[in-house]
Amino acid sequence: MNMNKYLAATASFFEISLDLRSRALVLLGALFLLPTFVLPLWNMTLYSNQFPDGLTLHIYSHKLEGGKSPERDDLKEINSLNHYIGMRALEEDDFTEFKWIPFVIGGMVLLAFRVVVLGKMSKLADLLVLLLYFGVFSLWSYYHKLYLYGHELDAEAAIKIDPFTPPMFGHHTLANFEVYSYPAAGSYLMLVAPLLFLAAVWYARKSWKAQHQG
Amino acid sequence: MKNALAFLAVLTLAICTLVGCGGEQRGRTGGRSDVRSDVQDAAIKTYVAPGDLDKYYLFSSGGHSGQVYIYGVPSMRHISTIPVFSPYPATGYGFDKESKEMLGGFDWGDAHHPSLSETNGDYDGRWLFISDNANNRMARIDLRDFKTKEIFGPIPNVSGNHCSSFATENTEYILAGSRFSVPLPKGRYEKIEDYATKYNGVVAGIAVDPKTGHMTLGWEVLMPPFNYDLGDAGKGPSADWGFWTCYNSERATGKLEVTASQKDRDYVVAVNWKRAEEAIRNNKFTMIAGVKVIEPKNADGVVFLLPAAKSPHGVDVSPDGKYIIASGKLQSITTVFSYEKMLSAIEKKDFTGNEDGIPVLNYDTVKDAEVNVGLGPLHTQFDDKGYAYTSLFVESAVAKWKLGTWEVVDKIPVSYNIGHLCASEGDTKHPTGEYLVALNKLSHGRHLSVGPSQPESSQLIDIAGEKMSLLYDAFTEPEPHYAEMIRADKLKPIEVYAKEENKNPKAIWDIKDAKVVRSGKNVEVYMVAVRSSFEPSSVDVNRGDHVTIHLTNIEQTTDELHGIGFNEYNINVVVDPGETKTIEFVADKSGVYPFYCTNFCSALHQEMQGYLLVK
Repeated sequence: MNMNKYLAATASFFEISLDLRSRALVLLGALFLLPTFVLPLWNMTLYSNQFPDGLTLHIYSHKLEGGKSPERDDLKEINSLNHYIGMRALEEDDFTEFKWIPFVIGGMVLLAFRVVVLGKMSKLADLLVLLLYFGVFSLWSYYHKLYLYGHELDAEAAIKIDPFTPPMFGHHTLANFEVYSYPAAGSYLMLVAPLLFLAAVWYARKSWKAQHQG
Repeated sequence: MKNALAFLAVLTLAICTLVGCGGEQRGRTGGRSDVRSDVQDAAIKTYVAPGDLDKYYLFSSGGHSGQVYIYGVPSMRHISTIPVFSPYPATGYGFDKESKEMLGGFDWGDAHHPSLSETNGDYDGRWLFISDNANNRMARIDLRDFKTKEIFGPIPNVSGNHCSSFATENTEYILAGSRFSVPLPKGRYEKIEDYATKYNGVVAGIAVDPKTGHMTLGWEVLMPPFNYDLGDAGKGPSADWGFWTCYNSERATGKLEVTASQKDRDYVVAVNWKRAEEAIRNNKFTMIAGVKVIEPKNADGVVFLLPAAKSPHGVDVSPDGKYIIASGKLQSITTVFSYEKMLSAIEKKDFTGNEDGIPVLNYDTVKDAEVNVGLGPLHTQFDDKGYAYTSLFVESAVAKWKLGTWEVVDKIPVSYNIGHLCASEGDTKHPTGEYLVALNKLSHGRHLSVGPSQPESSQLIDIAGEKMSLLYDAFTEPEPHYAEMIRADKLKPIEVYAKEENKNPKAIWDIKDAKVVRSGKNVEVYMVAVRSSFEPSSVDVNRGDHVTIHLTNIEQTTDELHGIGFNEYNINVVVDPGETKTIEFVADKSGVYPFYCTNFCSALHQEMQGYLLVK
């Protein structure tokens, strides 16, 4: 009896229609997904004596870019150095992620628009679940990629080192390099989207409750 | 930086207290103690802490070494060498096809006077020109990558290109001329007894393309058989003029030290190059050796002679362009001519004679002053406060004197026998008045002894204050004839040749594209150099094959140079990051010859090697 009541309550929760404020928050949230097309998601910086200013690597949703100056091409330099330990060269073609991630993010934005138009809690829940799944999967995929680069080392490399996983968060020492890796602007902005979506849920529920009691 | 200086000062003081740095006691360290400086003051003014940068570049001519040496000022550290007229294995210069062709078969040159390109009379940091006294050439170094890009010459009709290279106000021309008159065109025989009538000199303007810097012959003026010694271009009001000194107006031969020193006055040659251009346009020229040469008797108003005190050496135009200053090396005076007075004498035809049709201006009307600077005056530079600095060879000193009042206000001894001198941007319209380098001919044991073959000495002098003070002794390769000092922030050199910029059709950028193409006796190798291998790593040829290797360094990182040296094949080429060079040779010795990276590149530099196999 109680269980049925709970299910009915849940069902009616998902039937909640979103008020104007919640829809505005979802729209705003969708806009925060857009900068991922132009801002990097992750930055990696490698410091050493020879490179006091650090070799930098910027990972976008759709491309890989090294720091570049007239004196230096960081991606080329990182690859030149990595070949000594037998690490595969970092090449854009190696990352299927660059093809599907922008596509998926675009899908997320469209789903958010759908929520704004249809204004149903259930659609918003779909969006949040998919976004969570996408987020977790992407992080795992990125970690796995790093793992593979650090573990599939050429057995014939000039310098033999123990397999390792380059850091995803924080600092790691590798030979003469101090490596720092952190999410970048695109990721931080992207993180705002689900928070706004959750706020939309909260506000919609709040105004629904107020109506229900009144 | 400040802390470091303060620390150094304290340290210097402490050391001085301990070892007693006072006066004569310092002689105990073994050096000559006659010319000294205030140690602490000099140390602080010249100390450039590790990692800090100098304020000026000093481009010093390397004389008969054929090269240009770069020093930092005020540290006087030798930073780098730019090979110009001589092969230089250190950078592979003169070994690859392009630089070999540029050297034109000559193994040396006598790099004399460097000249930085100018815009509106100030250094613009684009190019450095330098003359070759031996083989009558002019080289252009691009200051974007500090490489010799062009060697022009041997210049037709120019013999002993000493009175060169001096840039006009907007680098329209680089001046050139003959130190040694010969029968013209060159390659012709005339008896030495006929020197006075059948030998000639020329003065010339080498035209510079304002965009590319490419040099072509602008004009030449046929001159009497004197020895044209030094020059300078006018500035401001006198910008359309070029000036040269000459000795041996006696037209003597034989023992010149006597025969060419008989007259009390020789000349400063003044050429109005705008009028020279006009004469060429109006077809008032004679073709000699395929060059348009102006004969003064056929073209009025192009060239005039100003009598100058005995065997003048340097001629220098003041920053405002109003004074032309010639130093008579065999008298103790420097003669100052007024540009305005020169113009009015020309207008009034106030001439006292002529030399082969060239009017000689009246000395008494064109000279503004005879400055009694001291013994053996040679060259003059300027500061920003209206002072001139004249080097005194015989006296081993620099005299500081005031333009306008002609009063000598200070003198500093140098060690020893100063030739040229170089003040910071001191031959431009806006000298900075900070430093002066005395380019001395003799060092006489002011350094650790290195045997009979001694270096030259270049001394840094502080000219910012009222009194000049000696800061530093540097020792330099033979032989700094002249140097120019430019503010470091005017230069923005590249350190890597960007891949996109490499237009060499033979360049390859991927190891996969490395290949050997054979056609008959010609073997063409497309080779890549990258840390730490050559690809291909072995090249198989037959004895007698003509081998051409196009080597591309595909690095894009500063300081990642690779060299390729071939054992017993007399080849060493160095390629900078992003550069492609071509090496050509005939594989005339059979056997297996290792090649290897000569320019240390990486932890596995030793492994960077391969084999040339000659069947």
